[in-house]
Amino acid sequence: MIPLSHYLILGAVLFAISMAGVFINRKNVIILLMSIELMLLAVNMNFVAFSHFLGDLSGQIFVFFILTVAAAEAAIGLAILVVLFRNRGTINVADLDTMKG
Amino acid sequence: MTSQFLPLLPEITLAIGACVVLVVDLFVPAERRDTTYLLALAALVATLVATVVGQPDGVRILFGGSYIADPMSRLLKLAVIVLTFFVFVYSRPYLAGRGLYNGEFFALGLFGLLGMLIMISGYSMLTVYLGLELLSLCQYALVAFNRDSPRASEAAMKYFVLGAFASGMLLYGMSLIYGLTGSLEVIEIHNYLIRNGVDQIGALLGLIFIIVGLSFKLGAVPFHAWVPDVYEGAPTAVALYIASAPKVAAFALFMRMLAEGLGVLQADWQVMLAVLAVLSLVLGNVVAIAQTNLKRMLAYSTISHVGFILLGILAGTAQGYSAAMFYVIFYAMVTAGAFGMIILLSRRGLEAEQLEDFRGLNARSPWFALMMLFIMFSMAGVPPFAGFYAKLSVLRAVVQVDEIWLAIVAVVFSVVGAFYYLRVVKLMYFDEPVETGAFQEGGGLRAALSVNGLSMLALGLYPAALMSWCVAAVSW
Repeated sequence: MIPLSHYLILGAVLFAISMAGVFINRKNVIILLMSIELMLLAVNMNFVAFSHFLGDLSGQIFVFFILTVAAAEAAIGLAILVVLFRNRGTINVADLDTMKG
Repeated sequence: MTSQFLPLLPEITLAIGACVVLVVDLFVPAERRDTTYLLALAALVATLVATVVGQPDGVRILFGGSYIADPMSRLLKLAVIVLTFFVFVYSRPYLAGRGLYNGEFFALGLFGLLGMLIMISGYSMLTVYLGLELLSLCQYALVAFNRDSPRASEAAMKYFVLGAFASGMLLYGMSLIYGLTGSLEVIEIHNYLIRNGVDQIGALLGLIFIIVGLSFKLGAVPFHAWVPDVYEGAPTAVALYIASAPKVAAFALFMRMLAEGLGVLQADWQVMLAVLAVLSLVLGNVVAIAQTNLKRMLAYSTISHVGFILLGILAGTAQGYSAAMFYVIFYAMVTAGAFGMIILLSRRGLEAEQLEDFRGLNARSPWFALMMLFIMFSMAGVPPFAGFYAKLSVLRAVVQVDEIWLAIVAVVFSVVGAFYYLRVVKLMYFDEPVETGAFQEGGGLRAALSVNGLSMLALGLYPAALMSWCVAAVSW
C-alpha cells in the first residue's frame, strides 16, 4: 500500500512545477494556461489522496467541482486569448506591457 | 423541507432573474435594449425584497453545514445588491455611448452578483469556492467586454492569469486544511481545531496558502499586481463593477475563513495580516501620488483602503470586525461614486479618466463638483464625511488590542494619502476648465450620483445608522 505522504509529495511537486511555469515562463501565454491547469490537478491529487485515507467522500466530490470549474475557466481563458491575439497580433507574455506606473 | 429553502430565496430569485435577462435579451432588438436594462433592475429589486423577507432572524445553518444565514450575511447581501443596482444605473449611459450596450453586461453582472451572495452565505469550503469562481469568471469576461480594445484584452489576460493562480493557491490551502481536519465545513474545521489544538505545521501551511489566495482577490500588497492594470484597462463601467461590490464579498470570505473557520489560529494570521496591511498602506498611498490617470489613482487608493480593512480584521475583536465591515461598505459606496463621476464627465471619444479632465469642474457644474468634493473628502477621511468615522473606528479597534504602532502607520499614511485626494479638489475648484463639452446624458446617472454623494455626508453625520447594524452583525 502506498502511504499518504507519497501522494502529498507528488501533489506538492506538481504544484511547484506549475508555480515555476507561471513565474519563469516569459514566452507564451498558452503555457501559462497549461500551468494553471496543472495547478488545479495538483490540488485534485491532494483532495483525492486525503479523501481516500480519511475515508470521507466529500473530498472526491470537491474534485468533481474543481474539474468542472477548471473546464469553464479554460474556456474563458482561451476566449480571452483569442481576443488578445486579434487585437495585438501576439501572445508573447513579454509584450503585455502597454500599461505601466 | 420548505423551511430549508426559504433562506435561499435571494439566491433562487436572482438565479431565475439572471436567466430571464439572458433569454429575453436574445429576442429584444438592439434599439429596445432598455427592456433588458429595466428587467435587470427589476431582478435586483426582487432579490432585495427576497433578502428582506426571506432571510430568517438569528443564525441558521442549512444543507449539512454548507450554507449559513445570519445577521452578517443579511447585511452584506443587502449591501452588494444595492451597490450592484447603482453600478447598473451608472453603467447604462457609458455603455450606450460606446456601442457596448449589450444584454450580456447585465447578465454577467447578475451572475457575478449571484456568486457574491453565495460567497457571503457559503459555510463550507466547497460553496465558498464555487461562489468565488462564479464571481471571478464573470469578472474575467466583463473585463474583456470591449472586444476591440487592445488595452482591455491585455488587462483581461493579466486578471485571468493572476486570478486563476490565486484560486489555485486558495484551493491548495483548502486541500491541506481538509486533510488535517477531515471536513470541508467551516463549523467542523473550527470544532476540530478547538478539540485538537493547533500545534501542527499542516494547519499553518494551509493558512498561509489561504491567506495568499484571499489577498490576491482583495488586492493587498504584495499580491496587488493586477489591480492597477485592470482598473485602467477595463471599460470604466466594468472597473466600477469590479471595484465596488466584490470587495464586500471578499471581506465576507475573510470573515468566514479566518475569523470563523480558523479563528483558533488567530495569533498566526494576525501577524500575516499586519504585514499585508502595512505594505498596502505604504505602497498604495505613496504610488497613488505619482499617478496622472484617475482610474489608476483610484486603483492604488483601493490598495490603501484594503490596508485599512485588513487592520480592522486583524484586531480580531468584535469591535474590529464591525469597524472593518463598516469600512468595506463605506469604501464600496465611495468608490462607486468616484467611478460614477468619471462616467458622468466622459462621452464618446473622451474617457475623462485623466486628472486633467476634472480641471475647473466647479465652473461647469457646481453641484457635481460638490458631489466629487464629498467623495474625495470621504476617501481622505476628512470630518464630517463617512470616511473619517470609518477610519476612526478601525483605528480605535486597533489601539484597543494594543497595536499602537499599526495605528500610527495608518494615520501617517492617511495623511500622505490626503495629498492626492485633495489635489483633485484643487483641480476642480482653483483651476480654469480646459474641457467645456456637455456632460453625459442620463437623468438616472445624475440622480444616483447625487444620492451617492449625499449619502457620504449623511453617513458621516449619522454613522450609528449603519454602525449599529454592523455591530449586531458580528455579535455571534
